Amino acid sequence: MSVVKIITADTYDDDGFPIEMGLMDPRLGVIDPGLRCRSCGGRPGECPGHFGHIDLIAPVIHVGFAKLIRKILRGICKDCSRLMLLENEKRMYLEQIETLVRLGQTTDDIVNKVFGEARKHKVCPYCGSPQLEIKFERPLAYVEDGHKLTPADIRDRFEKVPDDDIKVMGMNPDTARPEWMLLTVLPVPPVTMRPSITLESGQRSEDDLTHKLVDIIRINQRFQENREAGAPQLIIEDLWELLQYHITTFLDNTVSGVPPARHRSGRPLKTLSQRLKGKEGRFRGSLSGKRVNFSARTVISPDPNLSINEVGVPMEIAMELSVPLVVNSRNIEVMRDFVRRGSDKHPGVNYVTRADGRRVKITDRNCEEVAEQLELGWKIDRQLMDGDIVLFNRQPSLHRMSIMSHKVIVMPYKTFRLNPAVCPPYNADFDGDEMNMHVPQTEEARAEAEILMRVQENILSPRFGGPIIGGIHDYVTGNFLLTHGDRRINRLEVMEIFKKLPHLELPDPRGYGEDGEPYWTGKQMFSLTLPKGLNLDFKASFCKNCDQCKKKECDDDAYIVIRDGEIESGTIDAAAVGAFKGKITDRVIKEYGPTVGAGFIDGMTQMAIRGIMLAGFSFGIDDEDIPKEAVDQIQDVLNSARENVTKLIEAYEAGELEPLPGRTLDETLEMRIMQTLGKARDSTGTIAGRYLGLDNSGVVMAVSGARGSMLNLTQMAACVGQQSVRGERIRRGYEGRTLPHFRRGDLGAEAHGFVQSSYKGGLNPTEFFFHAIGGREGLVDTAIRTSQSGYLQRRLINALQDLEVQYDGTVKETRGIIVQFNYGEDGVDASKRDYASPENVHRIVQRVLRKEGA
Amino acid sequence: MKKFALQDHDLVPAHILLSPEESEEMLKSYGVDSAQLPKIHVTDPVVKEIGGKVGDVVKIIRKSYTSGESVFYRLVID
Repeated sequence: MSVVKIITADTYDDDGFPIEMGLMDPRLGVIDPGLRCRSCGGRPGECPGHFGHIDLIAPVIHVGFAKLIRKILRGICKDCSRLMLLENEKRMYLEQIETLVRLGQTTDDIVNKVFGEARKHKVCPYCGSPQLEIKFERPLAYVEDGHKLTPADIRDRFEKVPDDDIKVMGMNPDTARPEWMLLTVLPVPPVTMRPSITLESGQRSEDDLTHKLVDIIRINQRFQENREAGAPQLIIEDLWELLQYHITTFLDNTVSGVPPARHRSGRPLKTLSQRLKGKEGRFRGSLSGKRVNFSARTVISPDPNLSINEVGVPMEIAMELSVPLVVNSRNIEVMRDFVRRGSDKHPGVNYVTRADGRRVKITDRNCEEVAEQLELGWKIDRQLMDGDIVLFNRQPSLHRMSIMSHKVIVMPYKTFRLNPAVCPPYNADFDGDEMNMHVPQTEEARAEAEILMRVQENILSPRFGGPIIGGIHDYVTGNFLLTHGDRRINRLEVMEIFKKLPHLELPDPRGYGEDGEPYWTGKQMFSLTLPKGLNLDFKASFCKNCDQCKKKECDDDAYIVIRDGEIESGTIDAAAVGAFKGKITDRVIKEYGPTVGAGFIDGMTQMAIRGIMLAGFSFGIDDEDIPKEAVDQIQDVLNSARENVTKLIEAYEAGELEPLPGRTLDETLEMRIMQTLGKARDSTGTIAGRYLGLDNSGVVMAVSGARGSMLNLTQMAACVGQQSVRGERIRRGYEGRTLPHFRRGDLGAEAHGFVQSSYKGGLNPTEFFFHAIGGREGLVDTAIRTSQSGYLQRRLINALQDLEVQYDGTVKETRGIIVQFNYGEDGVDASKRDYASPENVHRIVQRVLRKEGA
Repeated sequence: MKKFALQDHDLVPAHILLSPEESEEMLKSYGVDSAQLPKIHVTDPVVKEIGGKVGDVVKIIRKSYTSGESVFYRLVID
């Protein structure tokens, strides 16, 4: 393996040429331009490098095998080196190992058992010599009966182990013998993996590995000189230990008990094992994950004026990234124009590749000249411009909607812009999130991106077959405000709402006001975004599920009826257009296809923004105010709840409490108290809810499903309620109480975390502390859940990533082995199905009947 | 101990032994060779019951949550 024996620690001579038999020997490969490798004749970049070697004066332990060396030492006889097991035992274990190897399974368990059994012998069954206890002293010393074993001693013992015994130890004597765990020759890695850098000052700076090798050679030489000069045993041992230290740190610089080798500056050296290990190591950093060209990353921010299919790209990024285009007879003039613009003016050209493959960088100076030279077959790298297709991605990429393709819109400023309606599939928000963009470089990649990966093709999620893209936050609120009840909109407001929308034929006004001015309704406005011919009935998200549904005559305007693309009744809310829910979005896409669907979402969002701006919408601290009589009522409810709890506790202490079936008396009391306090919180909520109507913007958000819930609101306005840890009242604390503010054994509401204040009114110190306890549990839970589910998902993906649905509907893995005979057993794509409900039959019948009638 | 037929049990799906002609036809329709089918041991109790031999193909009709009934084929191996 070795091409050269390294004997001197020097690297380069005064002229800057590598010294022969030094650490940079030209036979180890080349890194300096202009030189050729003395082993293979390759130039830098061609020559992969070649290993050399250092002959060590004395054997040294390889740290990676320290534990195995210990096991073997204890398992073999100190005199005859035979594995201390009886012949029949050896045969039995060997058989087991061979079976496991044949089945391709790990032999670790059996091998550990072999060593465990062998160690039990105090006398060698073969030569009869008594065995001594071998102590292992971290990091790298083996002490036998108070006497330290040198690596040379260990090596001598291992050399004598017979081949048959090695097999029983789970090793193959043809490829790995135990004495090879003690190094006598150290391989010197090729220079290509430890290049030296020439600094600007002309000074050479060596790689960490080279530094370490220099140390090893120096000590090795000193060791040799001292031994030849007949130095005292003590000095020899010191040098041996030093050599051991340097080789240990060369292999792994993070061995516990060994101080890490440091650079002159005090920085720990990055040695062999550090190069491979961890996130930035060779495996995870360089092989599994690589950096790529034609990509960009920056902060994202919202722009509701963009279509969901678009992405705003900063000018700076657009001028750096490029799309390769081939010059042909039809586009040559256009291409000339691009080249003529140079690389400083958008959209220009960064590089031109001639027919012979030579690349020319386009600058201000040569752009005119190159534009004139342009010939058929040349390639130009045109800067990114409006209409180019790019892939857009946000980590963690947990599902296929985490990478979708968008059309570029080049914009000023430095952030990527996207329509907030596409946040849900990316799980993005704008609190500093960054996203990546990739530019496909071939026609095939662009076609695939445009046909399969466009946002509009991914509105319906394969997870549940519904729309994952749709209105969020203000989009939902805006639609709600616009369409709830019979909101009247005058001509001016109509113009305002629709000034950003493309099509428009204004419908006849719904009526005329007292002053004779025409007015329209919000429902009419929303209907304009719906495709003609759409028919749909459903319940809004705030439907109260009355026993007798009044349908169109619903008192809350919560029953939506759409006929021929006109809303006849009902309010548009999260259930109609929201992300994950949107029934209208779902219907439109399934009946009219993704293009109309995307158009609907674009129109709907544009209109909602105008709608909310027209109404005006804000939420402030005084939106949490409730009138005095409500506060009094809430106080009454809380007082009586507290009394009830006291009564329960008295009954418990008097022994009058009846235990619930299957519960102890203590559990019964806890449950009853929890129940009482829970009910109290709920009724305070109801009281507060009575005074918070649709004139309150918090309620509008909660009811429409835009953000928050009524519970959030009542916690702010009325009462926060019981704090809990693991579903129980807070009980932890010292000396039988939660806090020193309470008596020992107090079972009352306050002493166990009931917060009767509201967030607005403010919590008292004990309430605040209990709230912090409950809040912390929530944080810990989410932290653990994300890491656990992430790992679970990783394992699933690793197991399933190669499965593929074939054209005949079978699911096969890479060898063509069938996993499922029909995908999902029914061969259905979840995002293409239509819930297989009887409702569909009704719809089809109605559609046919309508056509007949027409 | 009372003996009973495994296939009478509710949780054991119907196993049907295919004739060589049938299995040939099935393999052709899926465009695979028998090695690419899922496997079942010849020692499997149901295979023993229906008298399957190594190299035979067993058709299994399972209840399916998504499609009511679903058909699988498994190759008998030793």
